[in-house]
Amino acid sequence: MTSRREFIKISGATVGAATVGSGFVNKFWGLDRDAVEDPNTDGDKVVPTFCELCFWKCGVLAHVRNGRVTKIVGNPDHPLSRGHLCPRGTGGMGLLYDPDRLKKPLLRRSNKRGGQDFEEVSWAKALDFTAEKLMKIKRDCGPDKVALFSHGYGGSFFKHLLFAYGSGNVTAPSYGQCRGPREVGFNLTFGSSLGSPEVLDIENSRVLTLIGSHLGENMHNTQVQDFARAIAKGAEVVVVDPRFSTAAGKARHWLPIKPGTDLALLLAWMHVIVKEELYDAAYLEKYATGLPELRKHLEDKTPEWAFTETTIPPEKIVETARFIAGARPASLVHPGRHTTWYGDDTQRSRAIAILNALLGSWGRRGGIFIPASMPVPKYPCPDYAAPPKTAQDHPDGTVYPFADEVLSHGVCDATVPGKIMTSGCPIKGWIVYGTNLIQALPQRQQVIEAAQHLDLMVAIDVLPAEITGYADVVLPEATYLERWDDAGPTPWREPFLAIRQPVVDPLYESKPGWWIAKELANRMELGAYFPWDDAGKMVEARLRKGGYDFDLLKAKGVIRGKRVPVTTEDGLELTFATPSKKIELYSKRMAEAGASPMPEYTRHPQPADGQFRLLFGRTPTHTFGRTTNNRFLSEVTNENEVWLSAKVARERGLSNGDRVVLVNQDGVRSEPVRLKATQRIRHDCVFVVHGYGHSSPGLKFAKGRGMDDSRLVTKIAVDPLAGSTGMSVNFVTVERA
Amino acid sequence: MNTTLLESVTTRANHLIDPGLAIWGWQITVYLFLGGMVAGILSLSALLELRHGKPSSPIFRTAPFVALGILSLGMGALFLDLEYPFHVWRFYTRFQLASPMSWGSWILVAVYPAAFVFGLGSLDDSGRSFVRSWVPKNLEGLYDRVEKHAIERRREILTGVFFIGLGLGVYTGLLLGTMAARLQWNSALLGPLFLVSGLSTGAAFLLLTGLHEEERKRIVRWDVNAIGTELVLILLMLIGFGYGTESARFAASNFLGGPYTPVFWSLVVVLGLVVPLLMEAVEAKRHLPFTLVTPALVLVGGLALRAILLAAGQDSAFRLIP
Amino acid sequence: MSASKKRYAMTVDTRTCVGCKACVLACKSENDVPDGFCRDWIVEEVRGEFPDLSAEIRSERCNHCSDAPCVSVCPTGASNIAEGGVVLVTHGKCTGCKACIAGCPYDARYVHPKGYVDKCTFCLHRVQKGLQPACVGVCPTGTLTLGDRNDPASAVSQILRKRKSKVNHPESGADPNVFFLV
Repeated sequence: MTSRREFIKISGATVGAATVGSGFVNKFWGLDRDAVEDPNTDGDKVVPTFCELCFWKCGVLAHVRNGRVTKIVGNPDHPLSRGHLCPRGTGGMGLLYDPDRLKKPLLRRSNKRGGQDFEEVSWAKALDFTAEKLMKIKRDCGPDKVALFSHGYGGSFFKHLLFAYGSGNVTAPSYGQCRGPREVGFNLTFGSSLGSPEVLDIENSRVLTLIGSHLGENMHNTQVQDFARAIAKGAEVVVVDPRFSTAAGKARHWLPIKPGTDLALLLAWMHVIVKEELYDAAYLEKYATGLPELRKHLEDKTPEWAFTETTIPPEKIVETARFIAGARPASLVHPGRHTTWYGDDTQRSRAIAILNALLGSWGRRGGIFIPASMPVPKYPCPDYAAPPKTAQDHPDGTVYPFADEVLSHGVCDATVPGKIMTSGCPIKGWIVYGTNLIQALPQRQQVIEAAQHLDLMVAIDVLPAEITGYADVVLPEATYLERWDDAGPTPWREPFLAIRQPVVDPLYESKPGWWIAKELANRMELGAYFPWDDAGKMVEARLRKGGYDFDLLKAKGVIRGKRVPVTTEDGLELTFATPSKKIELYSKRMAEAGASPMPEYTRHPQPADGQFRLLFGRTPTHTFGRTTNNRFLSEVTNENEVWLSAKVARERGLSNGDRVVLVNQDGVRSEPVRLKATQRIRHDCVFVVHGYGHSSPGLKFAKGRGMDDSRLVTKIAVDPLAGSTGMSVNFVTVERA
Repeated sequence: MNTTLLESVTTRANHLIDPGLAIWGWQITVYLFLGGMVAGILSLSALLELRHGKPSSPIFRTAPFVALGILSLGMGALFLDLEYPFHVWRFYTRFQLASPMSWGSWILVAVYPAAFVFGLGSLDDSGRSFVRSWVPKNLEGLYDRVEKHAIERRREILTGVFFIGLGLGVYTGLLLGTMAARLQWNSALLGPLFLVSGLSTGAAFLLLTGLHEEERKRIVRWDVNAIGTELVLILLMLIGFGYGTESARFAASNFLGGPYTPVFWSLVVVLGLVVPLLMEAVEAKRHLPFTLVTPALVLVGGLALRAILLAAGQDSAFRLIP
Repeated sequence: MSASKKRYAMTVDTRTCVGCKACVLACKSENDVPDGFCRDWIVEEVRGEFPDLSAEIRSERCNHCSDAPCVSVCPTGASNIAEGGVVLVTHGKCTGCKACIAGCPYDARYVHPKGYVDKCTFCLHRVQKGLQPACVGVCPTGTLTLGDRNDPASAVSQILRKRKSKVNHPESGADPNVFFLV
């Protein structure tokens, strides 16, 4: 045993041998000064680009030190980030340096799809194989038998490839499983949809009403910034949610509505606003049609009627209706983003659109603005041989009269021989770009069944998500920090242009999407559609042709145009691209399509005793399953938990932190998951954050963490207007694991 | 609104900090225990000689050296606890007035030479020549001068050792007692409590070595006083907590119904204090034969006191107040 | 106002904070905080019984106390008070004795895997260059403000005059400098 004293001699001698000069003497006597220690994470190079941890496209500055990305911060010049980031945006390094990344092209070894059983091959071999298969499908069945599922900015090159190839089957789950009905509902009402980023002037709202929209948990950067700015300026918030969400914690009024009944509340609110003439009469007079029909339609939609559906007391409905109308036109009823809930979602979105019209918030400050943008000329390129849009997913075009994008689950159906297409060849090839269809689409067994019928599935991804296990070829793409992407405007409150440029060279053998698409095109005699050698040069040519200062863009990552009016308060004259050129409170188009021209309430099935409606949502640190393998982001949130009413839990002998299993109405069981017994949720539903419970063995970090809610979505309610899939219609029981 | 219902969630999960503090484990328990015991051995043997002349029991010839050995063991445990042991010399480049740990590290430095000269004076001649045989040739002159002083200035050295021992004993308690952030430790009584406990464990150690009857009786008498004082101090500590602020009452609850109640009352109070106290009192009164069970229990109690206070203190942060 | 008289303080607006944890992650990358540790964190408190609930979300960190117990208990002077009252740990002087951790009423410190004790620095290395701390810079909700409390014109002073604020565990007696706006 060494005494402390002896140790001093030893360590003193060691240190003494290693150190020379008076510095050591000072240090030995404790006279060395206390320095402010610099962690040295500032880059020797700082590269501006924009983020792809979600799809909001915030401008970032990536710090690179000794060739490694050390940190990512917001770009102060970028109007979507304004120098700030959400948690995910700070975590790009966790994606870039994820040890589980796809590193080499993979070719499936066994015949069975789904096993992640691959051999590593050269790019030449993988691309030759893919091109040959695609050409064979084109020869045998025609080009429209190939579909592209795409999510993410880099998908544009594959969309271009597919159109050049001759197929219009470009689809994204972000439509039919997310924002589709909202876009359709607003389009039918105002002749324009909201897009992404949504064109909402939340910052200037005086009252913001959120219906099942979880700002703060849903971390779309600018929107949350605006939300906080509005609150700081004294805006009031009304939250309609069966769960006491983060936003509900900020709200003046929280209405814990019975799930599935939102439309009744919306109709009752409108009833009060119309009956008490709290609407913007001059605005409606000038811009809208159908008010008399609406007035009549709302007559029996009383707060008392709505109470029986929603469980919200009539006086509370009246109070909030007046409260919301009191702040018009700077009173915004948030249109939501993930709106595929119960199958009548287009009608609910229509109701939200009409309510906004009554408040006069469309085209108004504090409401919905009309975005500005900076156009970028196209790169000279041959015209596509075939029309870029088909009805492949719904061969009888009248099935979903207002679907304005191809539906992903429709493509799945059209892949299974004889399922929806009575004649002709089913879809034979899928190109899956950056979307994990296994977790993104409902009714997993049907997706997997469809995949088994394919002649070819190509997956282009960064990580070995579940879907890559079903592919024949897996092509490892470079991350957003390692590649150029195409340039294009993002319509926003002020016009701006931003570019995505590589921060570091691609790791491993990963390649940028543009390179993969171009190489495939070259192998399919479509090289003429990619008449450039390098996407960076192509982007430069496009921007220079548009008269933009490319060097400035490269240095700053963004250029901003001159502000133009985006609301009537700025001097904008409103126009509406509807058939009547007006806001259509009453929709003739819908009547003609056999739908209710004004939103009609449908009573949805409610869970039986002992059952709970399965609701899912977001956590601020993750973009569903895309980021749950990101070890950096997982430093703060690394599994999900099931929210259950504390009272119900107590009745069942369950306590906070217990491991439970959810079992849905079809007997499908979830992975074991931690229970959050909480006051923050109604007794008739459970809530879970989407995107956990990965099963892909390649996702070494995420595999087995938390539960996968989408596995329990075996039942859907298809919206007859948009064709989208309502997914909050599954009921579960809670068992001890 | 029912504000008593509270759901609190934190994202922090720092190792050794969350969910409860766990920075100090067995190493510090051992260090505090052995440090206290050494304080007891040194102070009591010095006091015994001051009051009653050179004691005759064999242990007292080597007790200071044995104490140094035990202290070195304790410091070894302390060293094992350091997360950055190569910086240990930093303790001795500064004296931080407000830091009990700084006081402690300098007290430890004082204990070694003090106990050494104390020990030289306690040895018999053959012992001293044994020690001298280990001294390097060129230091023999210095050693001889030290030895001369060790014998001639015996009284001053005994007094010095007595107080240095007390200082060491108090310091082991103050080390924790000054951590106001840990509600369980937030009591000035911890210094005297650890001191008397140290004296008691020191006495127990001496008793275990087999003392001559006269000296044993004296040590037992002192031990009875120490244990009695310890019980009073524990009582005062609990009263202080129990009638204190919300945070103090939270601290008291740890031992009055909280998770540490059973071990504290059974191991520390009953087994480590009350039983030995009764046994020593009864033995003295009834002239019963002395057994080694009593000092063994005292040692167990002393170790348990430190282990439990160390754990309970780390489990008593402000944020844990319900 | 001389530099030595600076007194850095932070305000955290619990009304705007959504608990997104961007501050936690930005701090981790800026300060190269080791895996599994954090220098700042989010506390979310919900009081009441369904449906009468209220919530408070706080972004918490070292309070850089004016009467910092961690500095007084440090035996080697490693824990020290730097410019503007910012409490720092000089890694080279730290023995890892953990007295400061025990002494901190806010449990804001931790042992870095390399052995020294580590904690929030208010990003003094950035502040000295005129930059904001990483957490303040990243925050999408504008919840955090750092400034000189002794300068009446600073943003922090103005906010503290205008808004009602509280500190965590004032009974610690440490005189903390992170203020939560309510």
